[in-house]
Formats: sequence, structure tokens, C-alpha cells
Amino acid sequence: MSSPRASRSVLPGFGLSLGFTLIYLSLIVLIPLSAAFIKTAGMSWADFVAAVTSPRVLASYRLSFGVSLIAAMVNGFFGLILAWVLVRYTFPGRRVVDALVDLPFALPTAVAGIALTAIYSKNGWAGQWLEPLWARGIHQLSVLVPAVDWENWLGGKLAFDRPGIFLALTFVGLPFVVRTLQPVLADLEPELEEAAATLGANRWQTMTRVILPELMPALITGFALAFARALGEYGSVVFIAGNMPQHSEITPLLIITKLEQYDYRGATAIAVVMLVASFVLLLLINLLQKWSRRYYRI
Amino acid sequence: MKSKAVLISLLALAAVSGAAAKSIELLNVSYDPTRELYVDYNKAFAAYWKAKTGDDVTVKQSHGGSGKQARGVIDGLQADVVTLALAADVDALYDVAKLIPQDWQKRLPQNSTPYTSTIVFLVRKGNPLGLKDWDDLVKPGVSIITPNPKTSGGARWNYLAAWAYAKHKQGSDDAAKAFVAALYKNVPVLDSGARGATTTFVQRGIGDVLLAWENEAFLALKEFGTDKFEIVVPSLSILAEPPVSIVDKVVKKKGTETVARAYLEYLYSAEGQDIAGRNFYRPRDPAAAAKYASVFPQLQLVTIDAEFGGWAKAQKTHFADGGVFDQIYQK
Repeated sequence: MSSPRASRSVLPGFGLSLGFTLIYLSLIVLIPLSAAFIKTAGMSWADFVAAVTSPRVLASYRLSFGVSLIAAMVNGFFGLILAWVLVRYTFPGRRVVDALVDLPFALPTAVAGIALTAIYSKNGWAGQWLEPLWARGIHQLSVLVPAVDWENWLGGKLAFDRPGIFLALTFVGLPFVVRTLQPVLADLEPELEEAAATLGANRWQTMTRVILPELMPALITGFALAFARALGEYGSVVFIAGNMPQHSEITPLLIITKLEQYDYRGATAIAVVMLVASFVLLLLINLLQKWSRRYYRI
Repeated sequence: MKSKAVLISLLALAAVSGAAAKSIELLNVSYDPTRELYVDYNKAFAAYWKAKTGDDVTVKQSHGGSGKQARGVIDGLQADVVTLALAADVDALYDVAKLIPQDWQKRLPQNSTPYTSTIVFLVRKGNPLGLKDWDDLVKPGVSIITPNPKTSGGARWNYLAAWAYAKHKQGSDDAAKAFVAALYKNVPVLDSGARGATTTFVQRGIGDVLLAWENEAFLALKEFGTDKFEIVVPSLSILAEPPVSIVDKVVKKKGTETVARAYLEYLYSAEGQDIAGRNFYRPRDPAAAAKYASVFPQLQLVTIDAEFGGWAKAQKTHFADGGVFDQIYQK
């Protein structure tokens, strides 16, 4: 069956399609991105370093990358459960729930930001209950572990503070995890679990030894997509973040702030740092995914 | 060159003499709170221009944050005229893209600002904290809503008004800086634009006082009712001058210079001034100002030129990166 010819592609025209791919990628991705680099190239190295390492900018990197990471991890966990429920169970309204998952894709993010703010601000219908609860929780933490400035780290309010950023970023990232996991879960035959059970595995073992290894690559992809999406998110976050300098300012907002002052170079300098950092992180996550595939498959 | 100029003036003459009624389209790029004003004004100007020349003018409006709008024009938005929140944003049209001459502000009367406004306080009904003047705002526990001056034109006026008050009262720049720092300590949310800040205050119920354009404050009263909010006028505030200018490069290319000029000049006419007053902008013309005197409370108004040496200087000292505003947030 396996003749040497099998390695040849079924579809002809590799040269043509590769050329097309490269042109397409250049027009849509590479040229606009290189414009950012070229614009920055007009700056002296000292100016560049000064622009991208001022305390306010550094604080925004920490916030943007930190909250995006947390939001992506939370999405990884709950997205897995959501995908599991949607694939494995049939229940009335399943299709509606399934369609709801796509909503963050389609909704203009500004609308999402305004809606989230309306719900979670202190006079919103969820915020009026949750905000006092949150404040009390933070207070308890401060009593228990007084060494850490919890209110500063976690934010004393829901909307107009750091938790708001987390909410917005979780919202925009959710569909990425669910939609990457769904097809993989659908392919995962229930027989596998049954076989594991007949071989004497308990539920925990089935989960960690049989199911999770199969899902790991897709889960990491979904996580990476959600993380990348969260890093670049601007529209919804500015409405709910409160935007206090050095506290709840995300990096994309600082880019806009620079533009607002006609400082095109400073803005692109920060953008370049974000681009490079995101690229490196995504590369690392891809490597991790490759590794996990090999590790679990052997 | 000369023959071309003659031809153009002949054409212009032909247009003015009404040989053939044309339909002209202008684009007015403005900032957020002027929407209602220019809806009114565009109608009036179209009627005036029709009567004068027989031509139909439709004026399209574009609104947004003042800085963002200026950037749009710099990046190629074909605006015939700009009517922005502050001179610094119009200056950028010269500084960054040379779309207008450097001395643009001298081309029309009164710094090219046909109407003015000021910064007042909007408080919740009954003024529960008894806020009367800027001094009351820096007291502990008062929560102030104002947008980020780095992203919002209106917020820069707010900041400068507070600074001017402290400077007048206490005399030194250091005292003014301390005052402004104390004021921003009481700000829990820095929205990116004036409309966002109004939403935070009005819809979300955050804050005790909103620093607002006078006309925005009046609009909020009109829209949400005097039973919810009231306006408090401080003893001193800043004379906010939102300037207007034609965009020379664009009108030359489109051949709309005459009508664009007339559009701005008509803002200074009796009718234009009346429309400004009706839309809660303070008219420049004494007759119109007298008519609306009962609407606009009297207070001491200082100008940016006298107090801060003009926009370019104020921008550099206070709002540029590393400027005073950044300093007060440094830990």
C-alpha cells in the first residue's frame, strides 16, 4: 500500500498555492506589521528605550500580560467544562447555548464593554450584590495576610478596576477555547473511557491519564488563542477598566494615549514591544504544544 | 499659473452670480458635544447660502474625541472645516501635516472661536455634599469624575481650570500642582473621553461630581431632568475656546474654499450666534450674549493665553509625557 508516490500531494499546484499564500500573508499581515517597525526605526535607540520602559508603560505590560494570562487560564478550565457539556450531553436548549458561545466573536467589543460595565458597576443588577461581597473578601484577605496590599493587587471594586479587565478579557477569549476543544472532544470516543473503566481505572485516572492527554494539544492551542486575543483587546476594556495610571491602564490604552498626543513613534515603539513579546510567547506556546503532543502520544 | 487663477476666479464669479445652481457638499469634522449645535446650524447655513447664491449646500458632520478627529484629518479624512475642542488639536494639523498655515488662528475674529464655553460642576440633585467651589472637591471622600486629560480635550480644560483656580487663590505653581494632585486623588475612574465620563457619572451612578463642559452639563439636565442633577458654578473657571478653521489643502483640492470660509464666517452672524446660545454655547456677539445672559451664570473666567501662555506651552508643561500630569501619578 505504501508506495513512494504516496508522499506526493493529492492536489497539484504547490508552487502556485504557496506563492498565493505568501502574497496574501504579506498583504494582510506582514506589510502592516513591518510599517510599525519602519516607523519605529526613525527613533534613536535611547528614545526607543525611554519610550518603552517608562514606569507607566512597564506597569501596563505587567497588567496586560498578567491579566491576559489569568483570563486565558480561567477560560482554559471553564472552556473545557463547557465544551465537554456541549459535546457529551444532549439537553433542551443545547443548540442555543452552543450559539451563545460564538457571541463574543460577533459582538463589537465596545458593546461588550458597555454591557459588562452596566451589569457589574455598583448600581448594576449584578454589581450591587457582588461588589460589596468582593470588597468584603478583599478586606478579609487583608486581615488574614496583611503583608500584601490586596486591594492594590486585586482591585477594590469590580467594574472600573482590575477585576473589570479580567471580566472583559475572559469574555472575549471564551469562544476560542470552546471552539478549539469541541471537534477534538467529538472525535474522542466514549469507548476509550469505557475501556479505561473496565481496566480498573477510577474516574480521576481516566480523566488525567486518558482524556486530558488527548485534549492537551487542543487545550493549549485554545489557551494560546484566548491569550493572544486578550493581549490585543482594547474596545471592551477601556469602558470597564477605570484606566488609572500605573494601576489599571492596559498597554493598548497607552498606545492610544500616545497617538492622542500625535506621538506616532512612541505609540509604534510600544506596539513593537507588544508584537515581539506576543510573538515570542506564542512561539513558546506552540513549542509547548508540540512537546505535549509528542510527550503524551508515546 | 496666472491664467489658471483667472479661470478659477471667473468660475467662482459664475457660481456666485448664480448662473447655475450647484450642489456642494462640505464635511465638518468636530468633537463630541457639538452634534446638536451643528445640526441646527447646518440647516440655517444651507438656507442662507441658498438665498445668497442659489447653490445647495449639504454639510456632513463627523463627531468624536477631538484628538482622534484631528488625527483622522491628518491621516487623510477630507474635512473642509474643522471645529475642534481646543487649539492644540488644530495646531497639530499644521505641526504634523502642514494642512493649514501656522497663523490659522488669526484668520477669523476672536482667536477663531465664534463661541466659548467653560467648565462647571454637575452634581446630584440637592447637592448632598454641598460642593460649591473647587476647594470643596479636594476634601477627602469626595469622588470626582473627569476623563483622562491625555486622551480627552475636554479633560484638559478641566485640569487647567482647577490649576488656574489654585494659582489665583494660593499664588504659586507648587501650590497649584499640589492642589491638582489632591484633586486627581479623588478621581476613581479616568474615562478616555468626555462622553464616557458623562455616562459613568449619569448612568453608572459613580462619583459625587462631574467636571463638564457647560453645554454638556446643560444637555445632561435637559435629557435626564432637573430632578436628578444640578449645575454648580465655581467662582473661577477657564474660558474654553473651541476654535474653527478651514482645512486649506482640502478645500483647495475640492474647490470649496469660498463656501467653507462663508460657513465659518456665518457662525459670527446674528443668526449663527443665536444658534450657539440656544445650544448652550456662550455667544461672542454682545447682542446674543445679552439675550442669553439669564442662562449663563456670571463667574470669573481666565484665558489660556493669559494664564498658561497659550496651548502649545500648556500642552508641553502639563500633558506631554513626563509633564505635570504624569508627575502627579508617579509613586
